[in-house]
Amino acid sequence: MVENRPWLTFLSHAVLIAGVIVVAFPLYVTFVASTHTLDDILSVPMPLLPGDRLWENYAQVLTAGTTKGVTSPVGRMMLNSLVMAVVIALGKIAISIIASFAIVYFRFRLRMFFFWMIFVTLMLPVEVRIIPTFKVVADLHMINSYVGLTVPLIASATATFLFRQFFLTVPDELAEAARVDGAGPMRFFRDVLLPLAGTSIAALFVIQFIYGWNQYLWPLLITTEESMYTSVIGIKRMIATGDALTEWNLVMATAMLALLPPALVVLLMQKWFVKGLVETEK
Amino acid sequence: MAAVSLRDVRKSYTKDLQVIHGVSMEIADGEFIVILGPSGCGKSTLLRMVAGLETITAGEIAIGDRVVNNLEPKDRDIAMVFQNYALYPHMSVYDNMAYGLRIRGFAREKIEERVQRAAEILELKKFLDRKPRALSGGQRQRVAMGRAIVREPQVFLFDEPLSNLDAKLRVQMRGELQALHRRLGTTSLFVTHDQVEAMTLAQRMIVMNAGRAEQIGAPLEVYARPATTFVAGFIGSPPMNLIPRDGRLMGVRPEHLEPCGESEAMLSIEVDLIEPLGADTLVYGHIGDREGTRVAARLHASVDARTGRLPLRYAPGQVHWFEPASGRRIEA
Repeated sequence: MVENRPWLTFLSHAVLIAGVIVVAFPLYVTFVASTHTLDDILSVPMPLLPGDRLWENYAQVLTAGTTKGVTSPVGRMMLNSLVMAVVIALGKIAISIIASFAIVYFRFRLRMFFFWMIFVTLMLPVEVRIIPTFKVVADLHMINSYVGLTVPLIASATATFLFRQFFLTVPDELAEAARVDGAGPMRFFRDVLLPLAGTSIAALFVIQFIYGWNQYLWPLLITTEESMYTSVIGIKRMIATGDALTEWNLVMATAMLALLPPALVVLLMQKWFVKGLVETEK
Repeated sequence: MAAVSLRDVRKSYTKDLQVIHGVSMEIADGEFIVILGPSGCGKSTLLRMVAGLETITAGEIAIGDRVVNNLEPKDRDIAMVFQNYALYPHMSVYDNMAYGLRIRGFAREKIEERVQRAAEILELKKFLDRKPRALSGGQRQRVAMGRAIVREPQVFLFDEPLSNLDAKLRVQMRGELQALHRRLGTTSLFVTHDQVEAMTLAQRMIVMNAGRAEQIGAPLEVYARPATTFVAGFIGSPPMNLIPRDGRLMGVRPEHLEPCGESEAMLSIEVDLIEPLGADTLVYGHIGDREGTRVAARLHASVDARTGRLPLRYAPGQVHWFEPASGRRIEA
């Protein structure tokens, strides 16, 4: 707005700053807590300025986890999380782009039936089918393995639907021109559709990476060995129950570390991400 | 280059929905054929059947001496230019033209040579590195043609390639197309709904209506001797006047009507619309009362056209007669 109304400016800024504080303050406290000793943060009132234990705390969790409860290094957990997030994101993209390619560009029997079947599974979140899925994975001895962590989550109706919508906007003449040029279906897919879908793929990667990284319930069920914990599960297990003392400074350091990769992915791919959601290059 | 034969070609989508009702035509090697008709007459479908993008329900299409009914488009040795150009948006102009050759496994130098030559002919040399979105409509159109030219196919197929261009550019591209055909001499099939394009480009044209070929012939011959009332009404702007007379339909072109004295009048109309075009003036009116047959006449600009009664005459030799029921021409 170009109006010059000082009160309005003041008010809108006040609201915005209040919003930022509400969102950012917990994050700040997490950071501060991760830089003190356990005794410091358990004292009342809790310090609100960063302490001097930043290096020690982070080095401790990255290499050795907490001193009691979880004793495997958070570095390992982050690696697990990374593998899980990347495999899920790439797997989802690969499978759904091929599935939607088949649905849009090939005429086969029961094509619409299959499409609607995929679409209907959109309405079934992981939690609803978690017991049968767990049973299947357990019977296949995939507990405590990367395969068990990722494969059951790879099929994606959302991504299939998104790619289908994208392919429908690609003019038919492009496929026909490629046919006249002599490109077979897979060649057309590789040379024309994949490059055109680039921004959509990037946007989906960001969404699915975060989806994979933040998985909680599934890895909680499927991982029983500390070496297979993801960082999210690591945090959960570090919070001791019963009489044991939770080392909050180390939990907070782990939380900060778990927060970094998704934030980095969003920051680095922001440009592509927005492009993929708002525009299609045609 | 090759001749193309259409032998009683038919297309139906379901039992009841037939869109091409048997079209036959022999196209000579190097001929420029225009398929003309209103939208929905099946002209694009016919072209796409030649291209191999639509299956042929019955009949035969041969390119050269090969029947191509069951061949994939890539094996028919044709190249097609689409109405919306269908350029690959993520490839440069050079890659767009080279793509078909690369797939066919041409050597790098050969591709380079052909693309450069096509770019030379189409004046695209400056734009080879650009993406299609950085080009104007006319330039994109040229790239689409370039993609066809580099292939050096037996037959060019054009599906309304000029209809997305503005009027001025269309006239220019029409000229370039003619020059291109003269230079390359490749057999060409060109689909359009624009009769001016058809008249100016065609060596022979095929006028289609509702899935049938109404008339096949050279443009001036079609204009001078329309085979049916449909052709008479479709070609010419304004179209031929069709006036019921003695149980038949009399056709006379607007430019063959001239004003005259009341005593010589062979026809008189009540003029209600005048369109001065500069070189000549179009007058529209009706015979008798308001519901009477509408008639258009093209008068010389020097004629002072007014609304009201206008007596007209025509030379008897300029008149066409048609059977009212079938619409067929009655030969004098």
